[in-house]
Amino acid sequence: MMTQQDIRTHTIAVLVDNEAGVLARVIGLFSGRGYNIESLTVAEVDTAEHLSRITLVTSGTPMVIEQIKAQLGRLVPVRMVADLTVEGPAVSRELALLKVVGTGEKRVESLRIADIFRANVVDSTNESFVFEIVGKTDKLDAFIKLMEPLGLAEISRTGVAAIARGKDPLL
Amino acid sequence: MSEQLSGAEIILKALVDQGVDVIFGYPGGAVLPLYDALFKQNRIRHVLCRHEQGAVHMAEGYARSTGKVGVVLVTSGPGATNAVTGLTDALMDSVPVVCLTGQVPTFLIGNDAFQEADTTGITRQCTKHNYLVKDSDKLARTIHEAFLVAATGRPGPVVVDLPKDILMGKAPYIPASRVKHRSYKPQVKADIKAIEQAVELMGKAQRPVFYIGGGVVNSGPNACKLLTSFVRSTGFPITSTLMGLGAYPASDQQFLGMLGMHGTYEANMTMHDCDLMICIGARFDDRVTGRLDAFAPGSKKIHVDIDPSSINKNVAVDVPIVGDVAHVIEDMIRVWKAKQVRPAQKAIAAWWSTIDGWKARNCLAYKATDSTIKPQQAIQRLYALAKDRDTYITTEVGQHQMWAAQFYKFEEPNRWMTSGGLGTMGYGLPAALGVQVAHPDSLVVDISGEASFMMNMQEMGTAAQYRLPIKVMILNNQYMGMVRQWQELLHGSRYSESYSDALPDFVKLADSFGWLGLTVDSPADLDSAIQTMIDSDKPVLLDVHVDPSENCYPMIPSGAAHNHMLMGPEDGAGAGVSDHGMVLV
Ligand SMILES: Cc1ncc(C[n+]2csc(CCOP(=O)(O)OP(=O)(O)O)c2C)c(N)n1
Ligand SMILES: [Mg+2]
Repeated sequence: MMTQQDIRTHTIAVLVDNEAGVLARVIGLFSGRGYNIESLTVAEVDTAEHLSRITLVTSGTPMVIEQIKAQLGRLVPVRMVADLTVEGPAVSRELALLKVVGTGEKRVESLRIADIFRANVVDSTNESFVFEIVGKTDKLDAFIKLMEPLGLAEISRTGVAAIARGKDPLL
Repeated sequence: MSEQLSGAEIILKALVDQGVDVIFGYPGGAVLPLYDALFKQNRIRHVLCRHEQGAVHMAEGYARSTGKVGVVLVTSGPGATNAVTGLTDALMDSVPVVCLTGQVPTFLIGNDAFQEADTTGITRQCTKHNYLVKDSDKLARTIHEAFLVAATGRPGPVVVDLPKDILMGKAPYIPASRVKHRSYKPQVKADIKAIEQAVELMGKAQRPVFYIGGGVVNSGPNACKLLTSFVRSTGFPITSTLMGLGAYPASDQQFLGMLGMHGTYEANMTMHDCDLMICIGARFDDRVTGRLDAFAPGSKKIHVDIDPSSINKNVAVDVPIVGDVAHVIEDMIRVWKAKQVRPAQKAIAAWWSTIDGWKARNCLAYKATDSTIKPQQAIQRLYALAKDRDTYITTEVGQHQMWAAQFYKFEEPNRWMTSGGLGTMGYGLPAALGVQVAHPDSLVVDISGEASFMMNMQEMGTAAQYRLPIKVMILNNQYMGMVRQWQELLHGSRYSESYSDALPDFVKLADSFGWLGLTVDSPADLDSAIQTMIDSDKPVLLDVHVDPSENCYPMIPSGAAHNHMLMGPEDGAGAGVSDHGMVLV
């Protein structure tokens, strides 16, 4: 039997024809078959070719991850599926916008921490900041945790974008 | 500038281009332009169903008996939603179907217009792929693509949703030869290294078994021929799933019958004790494997499938081979010959003597009497009287379906049409009509249950209208027999709602549709009733009154392993069903 320890998080890149319903197909596949989606991002990356790239972060046992990839590959508009977690090193980044509300000592402290994390202030009022932070998911998680006691009021995250290291493109 | 046609004309031209000679459908407001275009031509025949579910099953019967794509045409809203069960059935059983659905005009989509349904949304999970055409210029291309996707790789249903303004708009026609798909390229040729590895394992195997499924039938008659000659040259035993029956001749000595929940004792024991399983075009369905952690525990497994997602889904295999069955077996035969593989003769002979011991249990035996017809007997007599004809068999779902699979012997592929994956009651009658449309001079028999029959009996009208002389043989046990059997096994024989009450007089019913209606209740009259049915040139409804208490054995109760079969009623109610088994379907 599989144990919890066999469950791993994988980042999967999916190149799809950018046609109506393609995202619904991917999401329907995950909900219909009971797979996890931890993060999903999508945008067109080649307008001339009508190509979109979906980056999915999911978790499962090796057998489930293989199933997910095979099921994705089976969708008619899917051109390519790549498991960035196992197919060599990859970089992944996420962007978050955080609204932190407060005055006095807390306000100063939030700025200090933002500086350490290299977050940018993209909006400010007398009693609030909006910080922009870019990095790996765990860096964002850490930043958010530190902001919580300092007046964190709202978060917007993009989800993960990822790409393999080195000179070779996916397609 | 090339000639401009209406959207409806483009569709019909594309269908003709795709070799379509018949479509199964039902009209309505959104598809009137298509029906008008149909009216004005004579290349394509239209068969009017009585309910859109029936149209899809007809298309399935047509497709499975010919290997061609079955085509359906229904209107928007309720027409499309009525087709959903049929589409799901075709998806589960990998049947190539193209279903054209009408839609409200593009400018009304999303307005809750009359007879609007989000057809692509509703059918996304029950089709292999679907399209909403929003531009008449894309019509021809989309229809051609739909056929490509439906028919190739692992076949399946494809929906093309057609807004009414697109059917009426004008555009030039594009022939099929100019349409290529950007991303859809199923793999047919397999990795030769994997095939070599498989052949090597076969050469060393002591207790091998071939386990084949519907993928072999889908790969085509040539795949079945290649498989048969290859299996014979190995001398290995072979068993088949419900869907694969006929891919290998049932009368052959190496054939062990069907495996799985109601498979033969010898097939299941052979699977359980094998040391090498060669799975070809089957998918380790739960009806086949029984308890997963006790499934063929000491075996290595080779799995050939055109769909990579079928491999390692339920059962981890040692040698995965992704490709089309015909191509793979061709390569296997070549490698087998080139390497001059000699199977382990002595071990295989010992294996056969073990198997012969299991066969001697005679697991399909039943006790015939002079007073009541046993359902098994009815199928055996049908087989005896129909086997020398050009016969096709369809079924509904229930005990009668399993008895048909156990007792009817299929020597060829494409002769057996049954709802396997979805288990759709009401499949058999319309499927038989689709088969009869494709094979007007053949004998087509739907082996039916009285409850299933009533799920799509409106299609009797279709049979009458088009003089399709199908035969429906009802094994009337006055119960939803399969439900009653499970209630006996799992729920203390409390027959909650499983009695077939208020049944019609089937003879009068038949009569009212212009069919021939017959009843038989004594074993002595069974042969002559079946003979009359077969000899009639009309559609016939034969109501066979069978023993209402007969159950279908052998049976692997849900959640049990292959070597824990119930052989008959003496094995007792509830025997071998764990708490885990109770929740399984
Ligand atoms: C559409 C549908 N509804 C319900 C079921 C559940 N079901 C499976 S077999 C069966 C009983 C079938 O009765 P009948 O057609 O008389 O066949 P028998 O088992 O008596 O041979 C039922 C209700 C089903 N398979 N399909
Ligand atoms: Mg019944």
